[in-house]
Amino acid sequence: MIELPALGWQSIVIFVVFALSLLIATYCTYAERVIAAFLQDRVGPDRAGPYGLLQPLADAVKMFTKEEFFPGGANKVLFVVGPCLAMITALMSSAVIPFGNTMSFGNNAFFLQGIEVNIGMLWIFGVVSLGVYGVMIGGWASNNKFSLLGAVRAASQNISYELAMGMSLIAVLMISGTLSLREITLQQSVAGEWQMWNIVKQPIGFLIFLVCAFAETNRTPFDLPECETELVGGYHTEYSSMKLGLYLFSEYVNIFVVSAVMSVLYFGGFNFPFQYELRDWFVNSQGWELNSAQNLITLLGTVGIFLKIFAFIFFFMWVRWTLPRFRYDQLMRLGWTILIPLAVFNIVLTGALILFGVI
Amino acid sequence: MQLTNRAKVLEKKPMTLAERAYLPAIFQGLSITMRHFFMKKATVRYPEEVRPFSGFFRGLHVLKRDELGRERCTACGLCAVSCPAEAITMVAGERKKGEEGLYREEKYAISYEINMLRCIFCGLCEEACPKAAIYLQPDKMAPPRYERDEFVYGKDRLVEPVSPDERSVKGIQLTPEQADKLRARIV
Repeated sequence: MIELPALGWQSIVIFVVFALSLLIATYCTYAERVIAAFLQDRVGPDRAGPYGLLQPLADAVKMFTKEEFFPGGANKVLFVVGPCLAMITALMSSAVIPFGNTMSFGNNAFFLQGIEVNIGMLWIFGVVSLGVYGVMIGGWASNNKFSLLGAVRAASQNISYELAMGMSLIAVLMISGTLSLREITLQQSVAGEWQMWNIVKQPIGFLIFLVCAFAETNRTPFDLPECETELVGGYHTEYSSMKLGLYLFSEYVNIFVVSAVMSVLYFGGFNFPFQYELRDWFVNSQGWELNSAQNLITLLGTVGIFLKIFAFIFFFMWVRWTLPRFRYDQLMRLGWTILIPLAVFNIVLTGALILFGVI
Repeated sequence: MQLTNRAKVLEKKPMTLAERAYLPAIFQGLSITMRHFFMKKATVRYPEEVRPFSGFFRGLHVLKRDELGRERCTACGLCAVSCPAEAITMVAGERKKGEEGLYREEKYAISYEINMLRCIFCGLCEEACPKAAIYLQPDKMAPPRYERDEFVYGKDRLVEPVSPDERSVKGIQLTPEQADKLRARIV
């Protein structure tokens, strides 16, 4: 057994998570096209490789080899900083997400998680709200009215929906009493007693969070920052080659992260039903060691959280190819006059339920 | 004045709570798209899959030979005259001695060209032909090409080959199964 210092193990996990988010984002582009095609009675890309599975590779080659265009009058430094910032912030937030429970080898125990901090939720929100700077800077640096309009829309939309999102989250934090994502996950399933996932306790909160997640990731029906019919391409009108690729890519990484956060907060993260019964069965009936049984459960849980994430990603795409875009005043009215009061009501309701000992 | 019975009176009632909440309508829409997810796809993967033609499809022309393998065309020019798109040109020539095995009539077409970009596949040439020489094949069509001049089909590509096996290399040919299916549908 190779002895790894704690930091070494963490850096391996972070590297794997980094590679995985890139891989998943890559294949999200493929999945998006295939799902769009299937929902429209078509078959989608099927030429590159078996079932078109090499399509993302072809897209990447296309993106890298396209002409790199700088518009006249653009701020050259900020024009490059914009997409980089969007990508960096999208990738940073996955570090604190617990992708699995504890792995134990001998006396060493490791978390399948980049960094276990007690402010995980705050970290994600801080980083995600930085993401709007990438859009904002890119749109402003393009020196183009459509880009600027898209950027302004993105900024106001993200700020509006972050409020409702944060407030829907407060209700979850009231139940769990911690900001650590790992703690929140573990609370949703405790050995020996039946614990519900948070979705049962927080249906309204989850609905608000879901709607806000769509708005935060600039997905249809809230894709006004880049709406092609009105703003050409929105904030990335002037972008070409891999800089455009980074923007598109960061959107998919954001979807991945927000899906992971939703699975952790409301759908039990790496927990799956009857996991403790399964572990005990391995220990008692099959004669396994407790450690190896636990490790197996951990790995199955990792598979579980990824299944949950993929289900959410599918849902994101499903919604995109179903619903038309909101009008801008409808978007703002939904955010400020419906979601935020609803979130406040949800907080009061949760408080009352906790007070009377229901949840 | 009422012209049709299709007029619909619009009711402008205030929306109910369910309508204002969007969600029922959203789930309705999601269920519709999900139904389409599992539906049969309309796509035909073209080069690998060919859509079955109808029984009277008018496709690529062929210049027929008679039962002795002689070219039937006598270069009378009626096809060219009847062609509304003026796609057909030909040069007539006299049959020499010793060429009786090649050409059925004493006059024949030295060159015969159809411009497939002009042709509208109406089949009037086929109807005009007194010698039953030109036919529009029901199972073959002019394939896409890269250059314009490749669409001017000369005798080399129009005249029916002596052995039937050579046919399939020119143009798009139905597979035996597809041909069977087609024949079953016509009957």
